[in-house]
Amino acid sequence: MSIRERLSGNEAVANAMRQINPDVVAAFPITPSTEIPQYFSTFVNNGQVTTEFVPVESEHSAMSACIGAAAAGARVMTATSANGLSLMWEMLYIASSLRLPIVMSCVNRAVSGPINIHNDHSDSMGARDSGWIQLYGETNQEAYDNAIMACKIAERTGLPVMNCYDGFITSHSIENIELEEDDKVKAFVGEYKPAHYLLNKAEPIAVGPLDLQPYLFEHKFQQAQAMREAKDVILEVSKEFSAMTGREYGLIEEYKMEDAEIAIVVLNSTAGTAKYTIDRLREQGVKAGLIKPRVFRPFPYAEIAEALKNVKAVAILDKCDSTNGAGGPLYTEVTSALYGAGITSVKAVNYVYGVGGRDVRTDDIEKVYRDLQLDVANGIQGTPYRYLGLKG
Amino acid sequence: MAYNLKEAIKKPNRMAAGHRMCAGCGAPVAVNAILRALKEGDHAVIGAATGCLEVSSFIYPYTAWRDSFIHTAFECAGATVAGVEAAYNAMKRNGRLPEDEHTKFIAFGGDGGTYDIGLQSLSGAMERGHDMVYVCYDNGAYMNTGIQRSSATPRFADTTTSPAGKAVPGKQQKRKDLTEVMAGHHLPYIAQTACIGNFSDVTTKAEKAIYTKGACFMNVLAPCPRGWGYETEDLMEINKLAVETCYWPLYEIIDGRYVVNYKPKNKLPVSEWLKKQKRFKHLFAPGNEWMIEELQKEVDEKWEKLLELERMTNPTQE
Repeated sequence: MSIRERLSGNEAVANAMRQINPDVVAAFPITPSTEIPQYFSTFVNNGQVTTEFVPVESEHSAMSACIGAAAAGARVMTATSANGLSLMWEMLYIASSLRLPIVMSCVNRAVSGPINIHNDHSDSMGARDSGWIQLYGETNQEAYDNAIMACKIAERTGLPVMNCYDGFITSHSIENIELEEDDKVKAFVGEYKPAHYLLNKAEPIAVGPLDLQPYLFEHKFQQAQAMREAKDVILEVSKEFSAMTGREYGLIEEYKMEDAEIAIVVLNSTAGTAKYTIDRLREQGVKAGLIKPRVFRPFPYAEIAEALKNVKAVAILDKCDSTNGAGGPLYTEVTSALYGAGITSVKAVNYVYGVGGRDVRTDDIEKVYRDLQLDVANGIQGTPYRYLGLKG
Repeated sequence: MAYNLKEAIKKPNRMAAGHRMCAGCGAPVAVNAILRALKEGDHAVIGAATGCLEVSSFIYPYTAWRDSFIHTAFECAGATVAGVEAAYNAMKRNGRLPEDEHTKFIAFGGDGGTYDIGLQSLSGAMERGHDMVYVCYDNGAYMNTGIQRSSATPRFADTTTSPAGKAVPGKQQKRKDLTEVMAGHHLPYIAQTACIGNFSDVTTKAEKAIYTKGACFMNVLAPCPRGWGYETEDLMEINKLAVETCYWPLYEIIDGRYVVNYKPKNKLPVSEWLKKQKRFKHLFAPGNEWMIEELQKEVDEKWEKLLELERMTNPTQE
């Protein structure tokens, strides 16, 4: 029997970590992810886990220590946000290229500058090509569920996994949640048995070579191949998770897309606001729908194209800008997905929204659907690269 | 057991031949002298910061390291090896490693990776007290990238980013005293050493550092023939002169107590060490005598201060 609780997103994730009981957690405080190492160090000091907690002096060292520990043969977890993720930058690529199954919760927050502690997606979106699998969660429940699944996905793919969810909105809000029983979670993740590891005296290994022209290209190909194959692994692990919990997860979540004529694609907590808005619009006969990608890396190109192929217009909402002069990261990926699938009938526009924690209300989401109706009626007027909730 | 070179060198080198370090480089000599202190049955995980030692000893698909080895990046050998040590503790506690197995953790970094870019990572790892040894092999500049000045570069030295020019005669700042920075970390064991004579000083200190519980630090002089400008066969002479001039004093700090291991009866003038190295060539040009005098003053002051620290912390030593 699962346990009904009321927890914040961070507390739920910390509890997932307690249940998994990883060998090593190395972390550094940064708002809004700080609560995770706080809760977790309480579990350590109260003897509820047998984890070695390493309270490092920076996020760079957090990821370095995670890499050292994972290469040594340990199951490893950490958490960070925003500038903390930025400081880890160099090590993110090293973690993924060494094929280390580290699990990191990324509690999304705006990256400086100027400094801002509130939610947007500029942190994890900046790290989208660092070779990490990226899962995005709408609710506390999803943040908790993804944290548990991430462990298995990481170990099966040999790739590190980022468990992303919205700072404050998800990390600090308290919601009803179903926790699985400790022994069930332990059984689900199972024992970690790495094939090769530094601490295996019988088979010493060397990790992190100088890798020059003759081999680096092939190694990077193998890494890319692992990411391509990760899609199936994510689906497989999600299916196993569903068998335990009854909660089903795919690569994307579709909401009222069966007959949708206009749709929004959006990540994380804003999907909840969009679902509420869709229900209201549907009462008025507007055929509105939603796609919420759960996985951003590997990007579900085929699945998104398939889900969008029958709509007349789609608005892709980005909670950060790419400053590339053409559109946000989710927009450019979704339009690539459509183009790659040969779909040219769908009008696609971009809205950058919620930057630096700017509130996104149901009225804002409704405005997007109303704009889409106009785009359908009149064609896209002006630029498709738009801003939502920006003061004039 | 007393140190015996003949016995010590019977052990196979744990950093094997075939690596690509330069002839006359002090680093691999120091590394093997340190690793000889490991008990034969003990496994080690060795980490290295990016630098000459790393890029010359582990070029895919070959490794010179007989023990397990990890390199991640330039500034984080301290944190990386700390992570390995944390894993060891957890995996032992969780029954994933045999109880009677002993693994030792040793990180190597050059002065660039230690005094400069890796100082924070080192400081953190030492302060947290991981059971590991961090060894700085100090060659006094960024040698791997082509002899750029570091905070370990001696004053007036000619490097590619502190060239001895007409207006500015080499590096203008005194070198950072990292061993003293580490003293502020209250570690159980700190040593400054060099490969001289029968290697007794370096190997004996390595044994203490490796087998003292907690975070220990060693600073070992590692001359660089390319950066310092000496003949490759003069490596041991350069090491010896650094010690005999008191440019590089051999000492330990054991739980806060200073022990100066060697006090030369005839302290040689620092110019004896300088004149063997092309990086100081301009100091010997007419009119530049003041630079040698300044360096001599710096060496003398530091030496006196070191003796004073020994008197203060360890009055029975003298």
